[in-house]
Amino acid sequence: MAPLAPRSGDAVFANVERVNAELFTLTYGAIVRQLLTDLEEVEEVNKQLDQMGYNIGIRLIDEFLAKSNVSRCVDFKETCDVIAKVGFKMFLGVTATVSNWDAEGTSCSIILEDNPLVDFVELPDTCQGLNYCNILSGVIRGALEMVSMKTEITWVRDMLHGDDAYELRLKLLKQVPEEYPYKDDE
Amino acid sequence: MIGVGAKPKQYSNVLDKPLSRGRQEVSLSAFAFLFSEMVQYNQTQVDNIAELERRLEAAGYAVGARVLELLCHRDKGNRRETRLLGILSFVHSTVWKVLFGKVADSLEKGTEHEDEYMISEKELLVNRFISIPKDMGSFNCGAFVAGIVKGVLDNAGFPAVVTAHFVPMEGQQRPRTTILIKFAEEVLRREARFS
Repeated sequence: MAPLAPRSGDAVFANVERVNAELFTLTYGAIVRQLLTDLEEVEEVNKQLDQMGYNIGIRLIDEFLAKSNVSRCVDFKETCDVIAKVGFKMFLGVTATVSNWDAEGTSCSIILEDNPLVDFVELPDTCQGLNYCNILSGVIRGALEMVSMKTEITWVRDMLHGDDAYELRLKLLKQVPEEYPYKDDE
Repeated sequence: MIGVGAKPKQYSNVLDKPLSRGRQEVSLSAFAFLFSEMVQYNQTQVDNIAELERRLEAAGYAVGARVLELLCHRDKGNRRETRLLGILSFVHSTVWKVLFGKVADSLEKGTEHEDEYMISEKELLVNRFISIPKDMGSFNCGAFVAGIVKGVLDNAGFPAVVTAHFVPMEGQQRPRTTILIKFAEEVLRREARFS
């Protein structure tokens, strides 16, 4: 059987069940507020959001692979394109762009202009160090780890801090060779 | 690259932004993943079920307060309901439709107590992917939705105690969820004065 062609993010998004983005946005806001109350330190909140994103990422990758028919990417470049064009569309209904590649092709920026997490949000003075959308970087890190890529992801631009877009810097640290836990003849 | 001229407008204040029409959607899985993380995180912060439900309710309350404000601006021309039945049908129809994409399955008045009302849903969105382990007994993630309802009612001037319960249904594998609303005395007294 010929491999199924990968589906575009739009096609997948059109076919999955969807919910109102405001429910999602406000629920996320409630989570962030809970964390701020519980943990008090903005830095700790950033860490916890990243951890929650990571937990989501390692589960989300299964659904992503099952519904998108995307197969193994040939290189990190293709991986990032797939994240931006298919991944973001499929789950959040928005498209991101990839740019600013370095010469080795191991780091790039994913730029978001539309971000459903931040509607109705304004950072108070006491939270200036907060990376409000830190859950997103955790999701990407977790998902990529499940396909054997260790990455480091940092926020470069954030509209809540007055920038003109959201920019995530992705850096490929290591491609972990796949090891099967069993041998063929066992 | 974005040219200087095409730079998106910067708003210094969130209130200066035009109010979105609320048509945007995200995938149900994105919400389900997020919600499940919220439940799991809250589980690490508590040592009993009542406390866990209380925390989910508190999170929902924050959502409800904002939903009321948002919908009063967008859908009701800056007016809010002042009568009991008005606010109940606002929750059952408008709020439910915006948040969950449909009107709630039913809205009933309690038969035993004058101050009790129930909103029931065959399959509540937040319970869809959740199964409750036996040792957690009566725990219901609907506490989050109960919190949303409480947030809307409290902020509209109808203080109430709101709780979520599973109600087994004959011939159905899964129980339905009933949100029980018990209004404060003052609400009923005011209502009686009105009529």
